[in-house]
Amino acid sequence: MAKIVLTRNPFIKNALKSRYPQLAVFIVMLVGYIFAILAGLIGTPVGSHNFSIVFVWIAWWAILILVAVPFFGRGWCAVCPIPLPGEWLQRGAILAPPDKKPKWLNLRVPKMFRNIWLQNISFLLLALFSSVLLTTPNITGIVLAAMLFAAIGLSTVFERRAFCRYLCPVGGFIGLYSQTAPIELRIKDKQVCVTCEGKPCYNGSSAGYGCPWDVFPGGLTKNTYCGLCMECIRTCPHDNIAVNLRPFSADLAKPSTRMDEAFKAFIMLGSAMIYAGVLLGPWGTLKDAAYNVGSSAWFVYAIIFLAIIFVILPGFFTLGILNTKNVLPLKQRFASLSTALIPLGLMFWVAFSLSFVLTNASYILAALSDPLGLGWNLFGTATTAWQPMLTTVLAPAQTLVLVGALIWSARTAQKAANEVKVSSIPVIVYSLIVTSIMLWLLL
Amino acid sequence: MTPRFSLLLFVMAGLVVAFVPLPVPPIAPQERTFRIEAGQFAYSPSELKVNPGDTVTIQLVSTDVVHGLYVDGYDISIEADPGQTATLTFTAGKAGSFRFRCNVTCGAMHPFMIGKLNVGSNNWLYRSIGVALLAVVGVTLSLKQKT
Ligand code: SF4
Ligand code: SF4
Ligand code: SF4
Ligand SMILES: [Cu+2]
Repeated sequence: MAKIVLTRNPFIKNALKSRYPQLAVFIVMLVGYIFAILAGLIGTPVGSHNFSIVFVWIAWWAILILVAVPFFGRGWCAVCPIPLPGEWLQRGAILAPPDKKPKWLNLRVPKMFRNIWLQNISFLLLALFSSVLLTTPNITGIVLAAMLFAAIGLSTVFERRAFCRYLCPVGGFIGLYSQTAPIELRIKDKQVCVTCEGKPCYNGSSAGYGCPWDVFPGGLTKNTYCGLCMECIRTCPHDNIAVNLRPFSADLAKPSTRMDEAFKAFIMLGSAMIYAGVLLGPWGTLKDAAYNVGSSAWFVYAIIFLAIIFVILPGFFTLGILNTKNVLPLKQRFASLSTALIPLGLMFWVAFSLSFVLTNASYILAALSDPLGLGWNLFGTATTAWQPMLTTVLAPAQTLVLVGALIWSARTAQKAANEVKVSSIPVIVYSLIVTSIMLWLLL
Repeated sequence: MTPRFSLLLFVMAGLVVAFVPLPVPPIAPQERTFRIEAGQFAYSPSELKVNPGDTVTIQLVSTDVVHGLYVDGYDISIEADPGQTATLTFTAGKAGSFRFRCNVTCGAMHPFMIGKLNVGSNNWLYRSIGVALLAVVGVTLSLKQKT
C-alpha cells in the first residue's frame, strides 16, 4: 500500500507550518489543564462529580486511547500542554524563533538516562497508585501539577524536552503504540539531507527551533520519539519534511531490539490485564487491596502486580521462544518478538477502556455544568443522571477488538519472526493465551 | 484453495462459532432469592448464578452508606439505605453474563463497585475464545500458503 503525502495539500501544510493554529490549541489545552489542577485541589472530593477526574480519566483518556493513539500516534503530544510552560521558559519566547544563546543550563541528559526506563518506572509508580489516583480529585490535581513542574524543572536544567523524552509516564506508551498509527512524519528525500548544510531541523535556525524531541528528522524510521511538534516542517529550508498517511503499524515491520521498549510492551500488556481484573472484575478484596495504599494488602498487591509484569508475563514468553534453535542471542529474539505485543497491548487497552468509558461517559455532561461539584448548572446539564451507554453492544465490541488484536499481533509476530529467522508459532500461541485471559476478564 | 477462498471460509466458520444457536436443555424456571450485602466498595456475594427464565429476587442490604445496584443489559436498579433492605424482582429473560454495579455515588471507588450476574452459562465467552482460536489458525495457515 502506498503512502499518501498529506502535506501535499497546501491547506494542511500551511496549517501545520504556521505557529498560530497550534498555539490556539495549546492555549485551550493549557487553560483546561490548569483548571483540572485547580478543580482537583479545590473542587468536591467526590471523584465522579469533579472536573479533574471526569475530564482527565474519562474524557481525555477515552479520546487518547480510543482515537488519538490508534489513529494519530503521537498526535496528543502535538497539542499536549504539560511541557509548554517549561519550553516557553527555556526558549524565553512563546512564538518568536530563537535569536540568542540559551539562558539556562542547557545540559545534555546523561547517557544512562537516555532510554525509556525512567518512563517505565514513572508509569508503574502511577499504576500502583492508580485506584487512588483515578478516584481522588486531590491526588489527580497534585499529580497533574507535579508533571507540570517536573517538566519546567527539567527544561531549565537540560536541553530540549527532557521530560517528554525520558520521564513522562504517558509519553512512554504513546510512543510505543504510535508505531501502530497510520500517520507518520518523515523526510521526503534522503539525498537532500545528506547534502544539507547545518541541518537546521536538528540545530535550529531563524525559522524555528531544533528538534525539541532530540531526534534528527533526517534519520527518522519510526514514530516512537517524534512528538509531531512540527518544528522541522518550519525549519527545513529544502521543504524536505512530509506528513504521510500510511498503512497501520508500518513501523513494526522492522522490530526494535531495545530491552526498555520490549519491557514497555510487557508493562502495558500486563497493566491492561490487571486493571481489567481489579477495576472491572467482581472481586472486592482485590479492589480493597489496590485502594488502600500503604496497607499490607496493598504491598501484596504491588508485589503481585510487579511479578506479573516483570516475571510471569516475560517469563512465559521467554520459555516459549527458548527452544527455537537460533544463532541470534536470546535477548535480541526476546526484544524483536515482543513487537507482536505492541498492537495486542494497545487493543487490550481499547477493550478495557470501552467498558470503563461507556459506563461512565454520562458523568461528562454533569461535570461540564458543575465542574467543581458546587451545585452550579452552567449549561443546564448538571442533573444528568448516571446511565451506562450501549451496554448490549459492549461485549460483542470487546470480542471484535480483542480478536482483531490477536490477528494483528499474529501477523506482526510473523514479520518479526521472519526478521530473526525463527518460528512465529510460540509467540502466536502466547498471544492467544493472554487474549483468552483478557476475554475471560472482560466478558 | 485460493487465499481469498480460504479467508472466506474462515470468516464463515467464525460467524458460525459466534452466532449459531445452541440447543438449550429445557430447565424448569425457578424462583431464586439472593441476599446481597453492599459495603464500600463490594457486594457480597458478588457473583450470582441463575438459569434463563428464573424469577430472581435480590434483597440488597447496605452495611454502611447508601448503595445501589444496577444490572447492565437489563437496565433495572434499586437503592438501599443503610441498614434497610431493598428488594428487586425480575425475570432473567436474557442469557449471558452481566455486570451489576453501584449506581449511587458512595465514595472513592464507587465507579468500580461491581458484581456479576450469570444467566445460564457464559456462552459468549466460549464463543469468543473459539473465534480467537479460529483466527489464529487462519493467520498461521495463510502464512504457510504463502511460503
Ligand atoms: S511526552 Fe508526555 S508531557 Fe510530553 S507531550 Fe507527550 S504526553 Fe505531553
Ligand atoms: S533541514 Fe531538511 S534537508 Fe536538512 S537535514 Fe533536516 S530535513 Fe534534511
Ligand atoms: S522537530 Fe520534527 S522530528 Fe522533531 S519532534 Fe518535532 S516533528 Fe518530530
Ligand atoms: Cu456506589
